[in-house]
Amino acid sequence: MIELEGLTKRYGEKVAVDNLTFTVRPGIVTGFLGPNGAGKSTTMRMMLGLDRPTAGDVRIDGKHYDRLKDPLTYIGALLDAKAVHGGRSAYNHLLCLAQSNGIPKSRVAEVLDTVGLTAVAKKKAKGFSLGMGQRLGIAGALLGDPRILMFDEPVNGLDPEGIHWIRNLMKSLAAQGRTVFVSSHLMSEMALTADHLVVIGQGRLLADTSMADFIDRNSRSYVRVRTPQRERLLDVLHQAGVTVVEAGSGALEVDGGKAEQIGELAAQHQIVLHELSPQQASLEEAFMQLTAESVEYHAHTDTPVDQPRPWGEGWNRS
Amino acid sequence: MAAIQVVRSEWTKIRSVASTVWTLSLAVVVTVALGMLISALSKNEFDNMSAKDRLSFDPTFISFAGMTLGQLAMIVFGVLVVSNEYSTGMIRTSLAAVPQRGTFLFSKIAVATGLALAVGMVTSFVAFFLGQAMLGSHRASIGDPHVLRAVIGGGIYMTLIAVFSMGVAAMLRSPMLSLGILMPFFFLISNILGNVSATKKIGRYLPDQAGSKIMQVVPRIDDDTPYGPWGGLGIMALWVVAALAGGYVLLKRRDA
Repeated sequence: MIELEGLTKRYGEKVAVDNLTFTVRPGIVTGFLGPNGAGKSTTMRMMLGLDRPTAGDVRIDGKHYDRLKDPLTYIGALLDAKAVHGGRSAYNHLLCLAQSNGIPKSRVAEVLDTVGLTAVAKKKAKGFSLGMGQRLGIAGALLGDPRILMFDEPVNGLDPEGIHWIRNLMKSLAAQGRTVFVSSHLMSEMALTADHLVVIGQGRLLADTSMADFIDRNSRSYVRVRTPQRERLLDVLHQAGVTVVEAGSGALEVDGGKAEQIGELAAQHQIVLHELSPQQASLEEAFMQLTAESVEYHAHTDTPVDQPRPWGEGWNRS
Repeated sequence: MAAIQVVRSEWTKIRSVASTVWTLSLAVVVTVALGMLISALSKNEFDNMSAKDRLSFDPTFISFAGMTLGQLAMIVFGVLVVSNEYSTGMIRTSLAAVPQRGTFLFSKIAVATGLALAVGMVTSFVAFFLGQAMLGSHRASIGDPHVLRAVIGGGIYMTLIAVFSMGVAAMLRSPMLSLGILMPFFFLISNILGNVSATKKIGRYLPDQAGSKIMQVVPRIDDDTPYGPWGGLGIMALWVVAALAGGYVLLKRRDA
């Protein structure tokens, strides 16, 4: 369990993470979603005690990170696949991590096997591809058999087989009752792996919801209709009490409508249809809408576009 | 977090990278070879020296002449041991494993210092004996007064140079910046400050000049240095402590 309370990080006047409060619970995969630069990595670094919060607090199983005895046995993290000395072999990299936390040597061979790097264990890490580096980082996270796992953009640089592997790994880790916290800037990736979703934009919490709820609320289903007799169809649908939205390029969109109902109405009135297709707005669109709003809101409060203010004014506003 | 675990981990780190081997072997080879060369040249020069120079002829110190260059390899060793963590990004992995930053830094420095001391001592003794062999009839013996102190002091000097560099690298983080400051400082600036009469009084309190006093057996004729061999080493040790304290405070405060 990871608990964040009013977590804030400022760099000078720039707010990277703004008053984040949420809890990451065990037994499920929690997705941490936000566009690039939303503050995901900064938040994760604060969770690991690498960056000091400007305000607020993070606790791992009720304790501050630096109070954990042998922290790798509590929480394993993949932050950056490149956080490795390139001149050191994969085996020695994991060995020095294991030794620092009193983890038995035999565990190094085990995790190398789990991530499929046994064959290159004695090779220097600088010769590794991005995907292999990612696997080495994951091996490091699994080393202490921790109850909490944290992955920052784990699918970056992985091939399709690797992506499939990491998805299953995360699900199985959560199924074992562990806490899995994974960040991504891709909604589609999250939709496949996460049970719970925490969305941030500009460092602020935008949503903290179950994946199912998020899909229910944000995936709009509608029917797209195309016809040469546009006015007639509009009249007919209007009489039938169906709301229609005009989409671009001559198409009409019927929110929540049934394709059958529209087709039958058109047939009754002998209206020619060129297209009648049920559509589902993607989660990616929903996510972009959610974060775009935060960006827009931010831009308006900070710097009105229409009237530039004298230089230096608004300096102290966050 | 048992410190012994972290020490063991740091030992694995230091022995598993190539830079440790090449910096330390370079320190040995350069110090010994250059010391032998200068000892051989001094032997041939001896007959042409003035009486004053002959009086202050210090065969022990001459055999350590290679350290002016050999110490640069020790500086590279000290800088890389610490700054490698930053230049590779390994520091984030390391601090996630060992969040007690003081334990992390001082375990690393303890391991590297132990290794530097072993190599420094071997270098100093080998440089002495081979240097004396080159000096022929003008040689000093290890049993002569103060000679053993100078030879052991030479090993400590090389160690302290490395530890000082570790402290500086812990403050500056970047290997290029650390080397860019330390190398010209010890190779050029310190020598210039020590040899220009106007700055001599300040120059002799610099770490290398104060520390190298321990390797002198025969005092220079007009020597007015206000500290003795151990006093000089003490001054150098104070520099080292200051650098380490600076490195520790900054590591403690900074975001990784």
